[in-house]
Amino acid sequence: MSTAPLIRLNALTKAYGRGQATFQALKGVDLTIDSGDFVAIMGPSGSGKSTMMNILGCLDTPTGGSYEFRGVHIEDVSRNQRALLRRHYLGFVFQGFNLLARTTALENVELPLIYRGESAVVRQQRARAALAQVGLKGWEDHTPGELSGGQQQRVAIARAIVSDPEILLADEPTGNLDTSTSAEIMELITNLNRERGITVLMVTHEPEMAEYAKRVVRIVDGVIASDQRNGEAA
Amino acid sequence: MFWNTLLLSIRAIRRNLMRSFLTILGIVIGVAAVITMVTLGNGATKSVSDQISSMGSNILIVAPGQRFGPGSGGAPSFKLADAEAIENQIYNAKWVAPTTSKSATAVYQANNWSTVVYGSNNDYFPAGNWELADGRDFSDSEQRSGKAVCVIGETVRENLFGTASPIGSQIRIKQFSCEVIGLLEAKGQSAMGHDQDDMVVMPLRTVQRRLTGSQDISRITVSARDTNSISSVKKKIELLMRERRNIGENEDDDFRVMDTRQIADTLTSTTRILTLLLGAVAAVSLLVGGIGIMNIMLVSVTERTREIGIRLAIGALEREVLLQFLIEAVVLSSIGGIIGLILATTASLVLSGIMNIPYIFDPGINLLAFLFSAAIGVIFGFFPARRAAGLNPIDALRHE
Repeated sequence: MSTAPLIRLNALTKAYGRGQATFQALKGVDLTIDSGDFVAIMGPSGSGKSTMMNILGCLDTPTGGSYEFRGVHIEDVSRNQRALLRRHYLGFVFQGFNLLARTTALENVELPLIYRGESAVVRQQRARAALAQVGLKGWEDHTPGELSGGQQQRVAIARAIVSDPEILLADEPTGNLDTSTSAEIMELITNLNRERGITVLMVTHEPEMAEYAKRVVRIVDGVIASDQRNGEAA
Repeated sequence: MFWNTLLLSIRAIRRNLMRSFLTILGIVIGVAAVITMVTLGNGATKSVSDQISSMGSNILIVAPGQRFGPGSGGAPSFKLADAEAIENQIYNAKWVAPTTSKSATAVYQANNWSTVVYGSNNDYFPAGNWELADGRDFSDSEQRSGKAVCVIGETVRENLFGTASPIGSQIRIKQFSCEVIGLLEAKGQSAMGHDQDDMVVMPLRTVQRRLTGSQDISRITVSARDTNSISSVKKKIELLMRERRNIGENEDDDFRVMDTRQIADTLTSTTRILTLLLGAVAAVSLLVGGIGIMNIMLVSVTERTREIGIRLAIGALEREVLLQFLIEAVVLSSIGGIIGLILATTASLVLSGIMNIPYIFDPGINLLAFLFSAAIGVIFGFFPARRAAGLNPIDALRHE
């Protein structure tokens, strides 16, 4: 890796709608994230934190400014190239889990490897390993309907990390879970950051969850209001 | 990429068994209905032309009037002398059977049966492809004197005599008794559903004297010596009849000479129209099946849009998602099409057996129905997916 940061945002804007109905979700965000960091993005509803997350995850495109990922200007690349970036470098965990219904945990976790063209043997091996890492050994053949919320989120995390991503993007990963399950999930994410060195970007509105992060970025009304390392004085 | 996508498609089909089943069912019903209807229609057409050729292929029928069907439309009837003229003057006329007919009730002991009595000569049997199962045909003296003797069809025998042999028995027709001298080999139903074995044949003179009470004959059946001579025989008969009936140069014929091919054409064109009608009815069921598929696909669009969002988010390319949905649609509609083909073949075989018509495999309609079903499956399975796959991944994920 060069000395260039993993992610660099420069005057990033995002607007929805046109003309008078235009809503400016991001009003010029500058942000730099280094490899290995664990960043919590906080902010009230409608502040633009999810919008920023979606743009960082190449799920959405900015309307202005620049987004460099590993030195590549994302605003200039094609739809297919963004898909390939997601395939090779990014892993997603959503608030609503977003697992394929009526599909076993193993097959859900295998999915990213199928798109990466891995052989059946490699897929099985890595999917089982990922499920074991999130503590779901023995649950491989269960479908989402047969799993609790916490277990479903673990499957989603296994799916996100099975392809060894550079970044794990988590959008309110504990939003649908109770307190103790939330803590377990946060421990898991923290361990992935610490032990495997996966950069974690997490959107949350709960201060308790943000405490697990190394760095907290607050967004209010489409601009960064504060950016501090946990443990530093406010 | 293809094999991986195939794997994904098969997993998606397995995952949504009910949806897959309903899709397949819609196609199965449509395909099976269309193919069965058309196959049965073709069988009926074939059966009609077979029956006509069983009449004998070199047959000409001479009848008064210009209209096809019974009744002479005011034109004078033929007489026996006309038939004799054809027999004597036209070399290639092999058999000449002047015929008249009348409905009558035949009675034997306590049994009676309503049938049709034909009056003709011995040429009537070979010309109509009739064989004697028992007994003999008419002798010359019986024909000349108009003796009350008859040859009966199998249906008449069955209804009057049950299991007994009829030969030598006396049956009563109207006011006279008639000796049964022969029994015809059974032919079964004609193409039009008419029982050909339901008849009694007597010498022409007998019927003229005792039943119709006139010298008229309603038609003359002529058999040409071979296929090549049909048209020359037909022309000669026309000339001869115009002469005998004193028809002037500029006048139209007041009689008609039909060959069996003409009759066959008329009948097969009728059954062909019926086939088309049946096919149209069946096409409606294919369409209804298609609408069923469309419904299922549209209902599942929400779930599938989110599925597409998930796939895009974890790095699937748009074309991979599309290929998956395309394979899914093709696999489902092919399975439906194949089951439909099998079902149609089975149903056609069984029904044509029951309806007593031949089974004819028509590759054209099989292919057409199959392709149409595949098209329906692909259109309704693929196009909603194409719209979803074109969305931003995040919009697809958030689709409610």
